[in-house]
Amino acid sequence: MGMIAPAIPKSWYLPSKPHKFCPGCGHGIVLKALGETIDELEIQDQVVFGCDIGCSLLSWNFFACDSTQTHHGRTTPVMVGIKRSRPELITIGYMGDGGGYSIGSQHLLNSAVRNEKVTLILVNNTNYGMTGGQMAPTTLPGQKTETSPFGRDVDLTGYPTRGPEFIAELTPDSAYVARATVSKYKQLRRFLRNALRNQMEGNGFSFVEVLSTCPTNWRTNAQQTWHFLEDEMEQYFPIGEIKTPFGKGDK
Amino acid sequence: MPQIFEASKKAFITGNEAIAWAALAAGAEIMFGYPITPQNEVMHYWTRLAPEYGKGFLQTEDELSAGFTVCGAVQSGKKAFTATAGPGNVLMQEPFGMAEAMRLPLFAVIQQRGGPSSGTVVYSQQEVTLTTYGGNGEGHRIVYSTATHQEIYDYTIKGFNTAWKYRFPTFLLGDGYQAKMREPLEMYNPEEHGIEMVKTYPLVGLQGKIGEDREPQHLCNIYSLEEELYEVVLKFAAEYEAITPELVEYEEKGCEDAEIIILSHGVVSRAADDAVKILRAQGIKAGYFRPITLRPFPQKQLREAINRKPARKLLIAESAYGQLDRLTKQEIYGETVAIENLFMPGVGIIDYDIINKVKSIM
Repeated sequence: MGMIAPAIPKSWYLPSKPHKFCPGCGHGIVLKALGETIDELEIQDQVVFGCDIGCSLLSWNFFACDSTQTHHGRTTPVMVGIKRSRPELITIGYMGDGGGYSIGSQHLLNSAVRNEKVTLILVNNTNYGMTGGQMAPTTLPGQKTETSPFGRDVDLTGYPTRGPEFIAELTPDSAYVARATVSKYKQLRRFLRNALRNQMEGNGFSFVEVLSTCPTNWRTNAQQTWHFLEDEMEQYFPIGEIKTPFGKGDK
Repeated sequence: MPQIFEASKKAFITGNEAIAWAALAAGAEIMFGYPITPQNEVMHYWTRLAPEYGKGFLQTEDELSAGFTVCGAVQSGKKAFTATAGPGNVLMQEPFGMAEAMRLPLFAVIQQRGGPSSGTVVYSQQEVTLTTYGGNGEGHRIVYSTATHQEIYDYTIKGFNTAWKYRFPTFLLGDGYQAKMREPLEMYNPEEHGIEMVKTYPLVGLQGKIGEDREPQHLCNIYSLEEELYEVVLKFAAEYEAITPELVEYEEKGCEDAEIIILSHGVVSRAADDAVKILRAQGIKAGYFRPITLRPFPQKQLREAINRKPARKLLIAESAYGQLDRLTKQEIYGETVAIENLFMPGVGIIDYDIINKVKSIM
């Protein structure tokens, strides 16, 4: 009996497949969209892919592109160092919400202010997945995690970080800032394409936050997972292009 | 490589300025830095020279970023460097650790200031432990401790070559006195002194089509299993030990008949040199030993110097509370020479201090 294999992006590194993310994790969707975008833009040989520590680390040999591991929170400066030295390369930093908004927030903020010509993709799953599900800057009010076992108390720990919104405030018009979700694949592809195009055209800083799923640590079934992503997360983290040099922007 | 100087020339400049000129002469392409005293003028001079010579500079948001941008820059194949001190050196241990783990040809200048904490902005030799063995690793680093501006110039050029030849992170360990004082030196193009600059090459962003001309590069610093990391660290250790004989540098004077050997490094060794001359004129048989590389340490050479006569005493003099002392003791374990100390943390040591100490113990 013949099987129709799903199309695999050319820029994927096949020896590392099947990938090691948990069942139901959104990383695979983001990385498939990124792979297809790299193929579409024909930039596989120019890309340098850098990944943070945490679940994003599992992407370190995901692509058949030159790639490097970094440290937790330090993907941004490593990508900046490469781009500043070799502007012809296309640098893609891949990180989680902890890496980008907490331990590496100073790098994210200042590279945005300097309008560094790098593309950063930040996967927001509202918790630290790799270390066992602790509270992240993006954990929703009331959400239970290992370090907020009775639910996030905003009086004690503040409100979730809205990254693209603050980055949009810090960047000039030539930057690209968007929030996508793994539940809207075509839109995710379009935002990633725009974020890479913006770097390729030498315009400025490009940042895409992607809302993603973590059923392992959320302790949710498929239905609950999708509900949390589409209803609860999207309510707090609105989807759309917040800043784009390419037309009006997609809300 | 373009020549920076028409011919070698005499200069009377600060140590920080000498570093900027030497980096330029060595063909450095980009500097990343964050302000901290006493290294600031390295950046000040570099930023003035950079446009004229087509060089890059970025003032980063902190020392973490300065260290990691250098990591990225050298991964992309560019001769990059940074300079820092004190708490900045503490922060940079994280990127220095990555350079150790990934064997990145990182070169950094450390101008020691007083510690702990913010300490002073002036001077110390209190960053020896941090620079040689900082980070969550095994100290697979190469550390040159300079004593004169000529050495600052020479070892900045050499430091880049060492980093790119062996791919262990390499440090020029100076201090605030060396950073800020003016002193005569000769500046030159490396080629004129018969120094061939090691060619740089990229670790990512390679030429060629992936899948046709070459495989993709996947650089890593984290391993799934204990045994994988164990293999890597053992390999690094073996490589480090194999190159140690060609790396160690030291200076030795008058140890052949010395009753007491003064051991010091960096700028303090200048006082030790003077003290030894004066003591000898007064009939005290003193010798001088100075490690130039603190990592790897010239332990074989020091053991030989101690055992030549043999010396009865070894006086370790440093502007720290025992950092060179600990380093030395672990390196010459088993020697029975009596070890005496002159610890003056965060302050300068002059010949008089050493002479008094020697007379009090002989």
